[in-house]
Amino acid sequence: MSVLLSLLVFLPWLGALALALAPRLGVSASRRLALAFSLSTLGLGLLACARFDPAAGGYQLVERHAWISALQVSYHLGLDGMSLLLVLLTGLVSPACLLASWRIERDVRLFGLLFLLLQGSALGVFLALDFFHWFIFWEISLVPAFFLIKLWGGPGAPRAAYQFFVYTLGGSAFMLLGFAAIHAATGTMDFVALAGLGGSGALARQLGEPAATLVFLGVLLGLAVKAPLFPFHTWLPATYAEAPTGASMFLTGVMSKMGVYGFLRILWPLFPGHVQAHALPLLWLALGGVVLGAFAALRQTDLKRLVAYSSVNHVSYCLLALFAFAAAVPGRAYDSAQHAAAFGGALLQMFNHGLSAAALFAGVGILEARAGGRRGLGDFGGVRTAAPVFAGLCGVAMFSSLGLPGLNGFVGEFLIFRGVFGLAPWAAAVACLGLFATALFLLTFWQRVFHGPVAGAAAGFRDVSAVEIATLAPLAALMIVLGVWPQLLLGLINPLLLEWFRQFAFAS
Amino acid sequence: MTLSVQHLWLIPALPLAAAAVGAVLPRSGRVPAASAAIAAMGAAFVLSCLALNGALADPARHAVHNFAWFDLGHGAVMLGWLLDPLTAFMCVMVTFVGLLIFVFSLGYMRDDPHFARFFCFLSLFAAAMLGLLVANSLLLLFICWELVGLASYLLIGFWFHRPAAAAAAKKAFLTTRLGDLGFLLGLLWLYDSAGSLLFYDAGRGVLESGVLAGLTAQTVAGGLALSTAIGLLLFCGAVGKSGQFPLHVWLPDAMEGPTPVSALIHAATMVAAGVFLVARLYPLMAADQALAAVPVHALTVVALIGAVTALLGAVIAVAQDDIKRVLAFSTVSQLGYMMLALGVGAWTAAIFHLLTHAFFKALLFLGAGSVIHAAHHEQDIRRLGGLRTRLPATYRTFVIGMMALAGVPFLFSGFWSKEAILHAAHGWTVSPLPLWAGLAAVALTAFYMTRLVAETFFGSPRSPAAAHAEESPAVMRIPLVLLAGCAILLGFLGTPAWPWLQARLAGAPLHGSLEHLFEGGGLMLLSIALVGAGIGLGWRFYGRRPRASAAAADPLAAASPTLMAALAARLGCDEFYAATVGRLHALAAAVADGLDRWVLGAAVSGVGLLGQFGGVVSRENDEGALNGGFDAAGAGLRGAGRSYARAQTGRVHGYLRALAVAFVVLGLVLLAGGVP
Repeated sequence: MSVLLSLLVFLPWLGALALALAPRLGVSASRRLALAFSLSTLGLGLLACARFDPAAGGYQLVERHAWISALQVSYHLGLDGMSLLLVLLTGLVSPACLLASWRIERDVRLFGLLFLLLQGSALGVFLALDFFHWFIFWEISLVPAFFLIKLWGGPGAPRAAYQFFVYTLGGSAFMLLGFAAIHAATGTMDFVALAGLGGSGALARQLGEPAATLVFLGVLLGLAVKAPLFPFHTWLPATYAEAPTGASMFLTGVMSKMGVYGFLRILWPLFPGHVQAHALPLLWLALGGVVLGAFAALRQTDLKRLVAYSSVNHVSYCLLALFAFAAAVPGRAYDSAQHAAAFGGALLQMFNHGLSAAALFAGVGILEARAGGRRGLGDFGGVRTAAPVFAGLCGVAMFSSLGLPGLNGFVGEFLIFRGVFGLAPWAAAVACLGLFATALFLLTFWQRVFHGPVAGAAAGFRDVSAVEIATLAPLAALMIVLGVWPQLLLGLINPLLLEWFRQFAFAS
Repeated sequence: MTLSVQHLWLIPALPLAAAAVGAVLPRSGRVPAASAAIAAMGAAFVLSCLALNGALADPARHAVHNFAWFDLGHGAVMLGWLLDPLTAFMCVMVTFVGLLIFVFSLGYMRDDPHFARFFCFLSLFAAAMLGLLVANSLLLLFICWELVGLASYLLIGFWFHRPAAAAAAKKAFLTTRLGDLGFLLGLLWLYDSAGSLLFYDAGRGVLESGVLAGLTAQTVAGGLALSTAIGLLLFCGAVGKSGQFPLHVWLPDAMEGPTPVSALIHAATMVAAGVFLVARLYPLMAADQALAAVPVHALTVVALIGAVTALLGAVIAVAQDDIKRVLAFSTVSQLGYMMLALGVGAWTAAIFHLLTHAFFKALLFLGAGSVIHAAHHEQDIRRLGGLRTRLPATYRTFVIGMMALAGVPFLFSGFWSKEAILHAAHGWTVSPLPLWAGLAAVALTAFYMTRLVAETFFGSPRSPAAAHAEESPAVMRIPLVLLAGCAILLGFLGTPAWPWLQARLAGAPLHGSLEHLFEGGGLMLLSIALVGAGIGLGWRFYGRRPRASAAAADPLAAASPTLMAALAARLGCDEFYAATVGRLHALAAAVADGLDRWVLGAAVSGVGLLGQFGGVVSRENDEGALNGGFDAAGAGLRGAGRSYARAQTGRVHGYLRALAVAFVVLGLVLLAGGVP
């Protein structure tokens, strides 16, 4: 049995341990050590990618050991196309986060330690297949995130950190209760076993009504806060804005994907009937996130809040596709091209948004660092004149976020729109408003900050340093590559889509 | 020698490679960047000629090469290349005009510090434009369509340190994107209904009769045929890109870009992409023509929009004082002509006019560029004057361009292509409006072009810049001469006596005979008379008694100040949009932001206060007698709340309560909405 997945999860934690046990480690050595352990995910992720056979189906590289026999809990890790996609995303975004935090001078060792803890727990969420340790990873991730925000964040950070912590913790409390009920009813918390029960409808029968609906709502709430689903997003703008750059990047790039991942890994397979029954109002909420998120971004003058709202908008596209899938008119086969487009688009969008949002936050972080902490829309002008390379890299991220064809963002959004249009045409039409507003606020941001005569904090603006190029350039390069050659990712996930179509027991 | 369709991708790929080279070169890499761009464009021109040679061998054939872009579900998303005379003629035009404009830019941009970047962006534009032309998939076409939009954005804002240029770039991108949302919806609808976006695919393509029959058989809201609805949505994209009313507002502002950009993108090629789109989709747009009982045919809308635009652009051009803005509005007007032609069913005439217009409009813009270059970036025609003797080569070629645009009979290409359109409009039975609008625009075009030439080149210099202007270097003059030659010769490819171009485009046999040369008859005489009247009046007002000084009043403005002021202000379209669309967006943004800050935020805080109150109550309750009767969820929440209440302030407690309330609200929403 391979231990590759365990290594993936625990190497970052091992790095955290190493940092914890070396109190005399210097600033520079701490940075490098943290980066090296962070990069292990990318290396091992690529190795997993090489060993992964997309056509084989099911979970691969599985590790399973009996753990707590009294609760029938086993240590169960496994990898499918979706997990692999998110592991690779984590492997790409995490080192970039550390590089973007290179300029931090205070308590560098602690920063690296907390970050590696965070990274490991996110990987655990993407790989665990038993609710017991899945939930441990899910909750543990909050602790390092809380301290990263509180200790290195802006002036409003303590309040934002509390809000973030309590809001998400509170959300997951309901999920925990839900799973307690599931365990009481079925005696297992293994995702694979539960998916089987969910598929046959046995889970809902064993839980009975209204318990099944309550459990469904509890799990939904935990995921909805994390993703976030409108209107549970109010913790997000403050948190993303107050967090230090590296943490903002990880929160939006990776942690927001944990919520969407949960929808697909837990909610859909376990509660297909409930998802379908409640899809229409949920579709409205996702649409609210798409449209209101984009319009709210239009009003922001703090660049970090602006990017934060654009994240609400972009993650809502994923949810829009998922709910449109579930809301599709009964009586229609659910493995059509439209369904494949909706799911494939949602998966791609998770990856693409991770890249572009992380890059945008890194860009705003550079602006903020150069301007001595200022990051208002009106604090800059003509940055492109002063720093053309920086402007070019940010420009790629911005146009990717805007959904320009030729860059990665387009492929995911196009597929989502293709799917949603086929499944719920009115929703696609309304969501177009979000597309336009996104272009409007991103180009306004671009024009105010990068164009025009050199003004404000842009005077004396240095172009990117080597570390900053190392942060942004790989992300920007991938945006172009994946925009031209999306098969790289779809080759991994398309067989999974077909497998899901066979497994999800939606009434057709 | 021919270029087969499998290798057609080379035509866009070469400029793309040049753009990539330019992107990585440092600012000092002027020579390699420009050489790469020009060499790639030259090679693309040769390949385009070879492709044309192949396409003309069997003009009725649509040669395709399709391939999978990526797998999706049980199928794949397909893209492809298409070679037919329409593609080939357009490629030859774009590469040839592009090549000349690249060469011209060597001189025009010589002193610009960002010379290398300019050629990089130009190559990117050319690659995207050529990709748009060779696409055999509406998706690929859309991708390239957006990329030309990007290149246009980058080039309009090339001097981005100027606020006007930065604003114009943003305006262009957003206005065209508004149209593109319609395009996207049409594309999605087509994809959904037809299951494919390939144009030609052995009977399964969306432009082939089998699929079209299915699209016309279905009816959607308002009694429209499905093909009409999709066609009109797709047409929205063309309205944006081709500067048609009501989305024409971005095109004049786009003149903030360097003049070669205006010539290449905003006159000759990109703005014609909308016309190309409708011509490419002509089978789809015309599919509803056979249906009698529909409220409107897609092409009728196209014709009317085109007619309005042709007239509107010509009227506004009369009152513009900026040499490039006059030409910009004339472009709006001429694109309207092309749309009008498409709408009345003469798509080959539209393409004929597109091709001739590309050459003479590029000539006019480059001539304007030569003037601007010589006159130290003075663009106001009131401050020019007397350049006839100072810039003889520019003057002569500019006048040829002006005659072609005005439609001076027989010798000039614009005459023949415009006559073909008017002839088709005359034969259109639905409405006489396009013909009237077209005829009115003929006279107006002749008038404002005469005004432009008279003000710029005649009289005496009215500013020091004009007085000291010197003729541009050979690298700028030679493209002018070549374009002037084309502005004359190209017309003879499509005269009624020998309509070679139209026949090849349509893939139909060629029936040429000298007898047909004047088949327009009375209509032709009328339009010749209108051209004469326009030129005569223009000369009377502006040529015979040239303006004495830059400050002297315009003769027309003196006669009718209100009208001319309204025209000069472009009839207030921009202000109207700012007051409506702009305000609407600001309002929506304020509502969305306010909802977050005040409604949802207040809900969370209010519930937090309630939670604190609840905490006190529950503690009292606990300290007294513990009552049962709470369900599991309530107990868990209360337990968590208690521990937090001890550890922290009441605020944390409040959040948990807030969450509980949010949970209940969600539950209510779901139960109310989800359960039928």
